[in-house]
Amino acid sequence: MTEKLHGFVEKLKERDASWVENVVEALGEVTVHVPRVGILEACYFLRDEHDFDLLADLCGGDRGPEEDPRFEVNYHLFSTVHYQRLRLKVLLSEDDPKVDSVTDVWRTADWHERETYDLLGVKFEGHEDLRRILLPSDFDGHALRKDYPLRGYEPYSMN
Amino acid sequence: MGLENQVFESLPDVVTVKLDAVVNWARKSSLWPATFGLACCAIEMMNTVSARNDLSRFGAETFRASPRQADVMIVSGRVSRKMAPVLRRIYDQMPEPKWVISMGACATSGGVFDNYAIVQGVDKVVPVDVYVPGCPPRPEMLVHAIMMLQEKIMNESVKDRPDTFETESRVSIVPGTLPVTEGTALERETEIEVAQNQTARPYTVPSRHERRRSS
Repeated sequence: MTEKLHGFVEKLKERDASWVENVVEALGEVTVHVPRVGILEACYFLRDEHDFDLLADLCGGDRGPEEDPRFEVNYHLFSTVHYQRLRLKVLLSEDDPKVDSVTDVWRTADWHERETYDLLGVKFEGHEDLRRILLPSDFDGHALRKDYPLRGYEPYSMN
Repeated sequence: MGLENQVFESLPDVVTVKLDAVVNWARKSSLWPATFGLACCAIEMMNTVSARNDLSRFGAETFRASPRQADVMIVSGRVSRKMAPVLRRIYDQMPEPKWVISMGACATSGGVFDNYAIVQGVDKVVPVDVYVPGCPPRPEMLVHAIMMLQEKIMNESVKDRPDTFETESRVSIVPGTLPVTEGTALERETEIEVAQNQTARPYTVPSRHERRRSS
């Protein structure tokens, strides 16, 4: 069922072995852990040479303040040619939550990256307009972090 | 030969009444609500004007999409922090006299949403005349709230509510202090220009007529 996807993973490895840190297969889905330095090149490679022409979703995750690496950014790729879905995952430490923006690869990443920045505080380097998209522009903090207080910081909490 | 003819014949040509009674009667009999549906309460608000509950029996069925043509703002649903300045601006755009109904638990107190995203009661942003509990309130409860508001209007005096000058609502919120107006270069220029000429006023500060009413 996932032979085709593993084929793409092999292609990634052939091109640059350092791009593939780890491969996880679960429920018929394949996730490739990519180091932060290689994500932009790997995305260009998958789009241009293996027809992953659609970024179905880009989202962030907070594994909790006690975890290291704490943050993750997931790239859900889809190929309208092969009809296959592949997930890339970048793990980021709490001290330096930065990753290269993929807005030049897929324009649709623009708002997804803004949302991830807004709610988790992950910075996307090379994004031309990285500002909040859901929360008010004067908001303090990043609301989807696990250690964010439910009622928010002052002056937003009115206690 | 209807009832009105008999009434007309039994009354003299000239009647003296208190000015307040006449003005308030006119005001309460033709409330024009602003459509401000924010969440599920809005569905009940729509139902209130529909055939079964028929709010037009009480003269308040003319919902207006423009705040400039509205008397009553029915805040139906949860108000998010990002919506609060927008709500305040719409309130300021409504001409005097104006009233606010806070419909449902969320608009009244934040309801179940005790978190960073939701304003804990719309009375932190605008002055509220009638609170309607419920989650959501039934249409009958909203009808009752409007009737309570009509009673309240009948007890007001014209002197309490002179027409506010347009300048008050102009300065009440400075364009560019709202999150929704940020973005384009032109708006940023306007923002700078406005910031140089006027001082921004946070949306929680009461306007002139609120201070008048609370004193």
